[in-house]
Amino acid sequence: MPEHFIKQASSYAADIDGVAMLITVLVGFWFILAQGVFFWLLFRFRARGDGKAMYITGEKDEEMRWISIPHGLILVCDVFIIVAAIRVWTDVKLQIPEVDETVRITVQQWAWTFHHAGPDGQLDTADDIRLVDELHVQVGKTYKYELSSRDVLHNFSVPVFRLKQDAIPGRIIDGWFKPTLAGTFDIQCAEICGIGHGIMPAKIYVETPEQHAAWLANPVPTLATRP
Amino acid sequence: MAESTAHAHDEHAHGHHEEGWFQKYFWSTDHKMIGKQYLFTGLFLGVVGAYFAYVFRMQQAFPGKPVPGYGLVTGADYNALITSHGSIMIFWLAMPVLIAAFGNFLIPLMIGCDDMVFPRLNRLSYQIFLLSAIVLAASFFVQGGAFGGAWTSYPPLSAKEEYNLTPLGSSLWLLAVALEFVAFLLGGINFVTTVMNSRAPGMKAFDIPIVIWMIVIASILFMASVGPLIAGAVMLLFDQTIGTGFFDPARGGDPVLWQHLFWFFGHPEVYVVLLPALGIVAEIITTFSRKKLFAYRTVLYTSIATGVLSFFVWAHHQFVAGIDPRMANVFTVTTVLISVPIAEMCFVYIATLYGGQIRFTVPMLWALAFIGEFLIGGVTGIYLGASGTDIYFHDTYFVLAHFHYTFFPIAIIGTFAGLTYWYPKMFGTYMNEGWGKVHFWVTILSFNAVFLPLFVLGAAGDHRRIFDYTNFPELASPEMQAVRVFATLALVVMILVQPIFAVNFFYNMFRGKKAPANPWNANTLEWQAPSPPGHGNFHPLPEVYRGPYEYSVPGRDEDYWPQNSPK
Repeated sequence: MPEHFIKQASSYAADIDGVAMLITVLVGFWFILAQGVFFWLLFRFRARGDGKAMYITGEKDEEMRWISIPHGLILVCDVFIIVAAIRVWTDVKLQIPEVDETVRITVQQWAWTFHHAGPDGQLDTADDIRLVDELHVQVGKTYKYELSSRDVLHNFSVPVFRLKQDAIPGRIIDGWFKPTLAGTFDIQCAEICGIGHGIMPAKIYVETPEQHAAWLANPVPTLATRP
Repeated sequence: MAESTAHAHDEHAHGHHEEGWFQKYFWSTDHKMIGKQYLFTGLFLGVVGAYFAYVFRMQQAFPGKPVPGYGLVTGADYNALITSHGSIMIFWLAMPVLIAAFGNFLIPLMIGCDDMVFPRLNRLSYQIFLLSAIVLAASFFVQGGAFGGAWTSYPPLSAKEEYNLTPLGSSLWLLAVALEFVAFLLGGINFVTTVMNSRAPGMKAFDIPIVIWMIVIASILFMASVGPLIAGAVMLLFDQTIGTGFFDPARGGDPVLWQHLFWFFGHPEVYVVLLPALGIVAEIITTFSRKKLFAYRTVLYTSIATGVLSFFVWAHHQFVAGIDPRMANVFTVTTVLISVPIAEMCFVYIATLYGGQIRFTVPMLWALAFIGEFLIGGVTGIYLGASGTDIYFHDTYFVLAHFHYTFFPIAIIGTFAGLTYWYPKMFGTYMNEGWGKVHFWVTILSFNAVFLPLFVLGAAGDHRRIFDYTNFPELASPEMQAVRVFATLALVVMILVQPIFAVNFFYNMFRGKKAPANPWNANTLEWQAPSPPGHGNFHPLPEVYRGPYEYSVPGRDEDYWPQNSPK
């Protein structure tokens, strides 16, 4: 469902949107049914003249069925939703697949520092690249991120990836993503972090292998020069 | 039971004959006056909260432009405004109006006694509540200004002034919230004790009107959930003021602990305000469809089940907050399952309409709107309760639209429903139906025009609490900005029609057509007392012979059958 409004740029974006679609279908059915019955009853049983209303306690079995059968069916729908949600969650948050590279993300009031592994693909070596407010990744590679905060809570959110994770001071939180679409996208902070919360945008540059190689050869900050 | 009511009655009979203006309006122990104190304080603060919403929505629609009636909105202003808007609407509008105002006004009248069992405690409860509101208001005028760390007040942002830049504002906010809790604890004790002990002779458990049950269940939920948060608030206050490190990771604390304490309270709190609103709706739809409530006991058991289940869902606010991700699986199950009792409740209400003689009076329109709108809030919650999709929707405008589709029906629609329904009882006069309908339709249509677009913005990636989207190229597109402008204009329309209600409300209080005791031909006991009820409410105190929803009973000429009518 979100794919109608925003691109899917990671390996699990479509899965998350798929669960959203499943929910839309299942819940939408009940929603339309309930609203339909509701408005029909309002129309059908509007007061007319001196008519008298029915006396229904709703305590008899044959009356309760009108509630208990939908109730049971909703429970079945819930099970489908729960299973689908947990499967995606397990994939995105509970396990980290084989990764190609690790990127260290440190966030503070009100800026991001992205610590790239550099040409050798290894962190904490001489060729590491540290940049403020811009993250460069290669399309198709799987990245592990190590997320930490210097001060308050922040949240590393890349809407096109459908990825969101709080950063907590004193802790390093691991996660992963695999970009599937080249382009330049927004990184937002999604946890209120003080008066600069609205003005700490960062960019993720998802690059083709050639672009990425070119950037690695000359890793100057591009924020000012690229659109 | 009889003993305690008789005693309370004696107290009232003496010493209240020559009360002065101050005694009557500010020092009263009469439950009706205290209810009105809560009502007017809550509504006034609601107006303040709405003004804040106007200011920050204007900033959203026209970023960087001075807002008429406010001026330029800085990032600090914006945060303070959203924080105060959220805090006020929940703690200083929904709670005082739905629980305290309606609870105080209705409980003694609907269970057929003369006052609360602890009238002085009741007075104290309001006074502490008023103090809490004054403390909150004061936070705007201290050095550094009002707290701007969102109504959830997550540390470390809320714990250290070098992070939040509001050295006094954050402590005053916390103090105000803690005082407000004390007020409602006192009120809750009073409500539960009164309903347990002071019911009219003959009123058995299943003869109690649903709204009273709901207020009692809500009070119990509140009392059971607020303890951890009060403890947390004290810890946070110590972190702020004397430098302890409960939530400071550098000194062995854990900021996520606060989130658990907050949401352990915060989620039941949703049901604390939801249940009274559902109760109000139950009273109104039965009266105006002339129907018995469908499956009274199911409604009751379902609300208790919802209340119990609501204690096991809190961490759905924290799926991506750095909790052990395996926990999300547990909380997804409990959260999605809460849809079952809530759906059941909606179905029961809809089923009640079947076979009715539905009269579309103003209170009925509000009650029906509650059902229709709350359904939207309910179904959109599933996207957020399901961990997989919450990764995306968390902290976006989708969340914001979702909970406004629950809280607006609760706090605004529920309040208008209750006020228009019980107005003749509160003030002894009628409100104008025609203007009531104008106000209803414009409010409901503009409400949807405000919040339906916000679902779209959220799905498109708008994050909450960002005061200026022009920094985000993906979000600053002209199309998305047009949607923001549309939502803001709808809000302005909604605010502009509220004076219609205010005039209708206050004008008719003094000049309105006189209302009889039972203008809606309703069954419950409050309608058997005079409008407005005097001291002691009933003379003599009523006896109860049947349940509250015996409408259209076959074989009777009248389509209603008051609870206290022997035949």
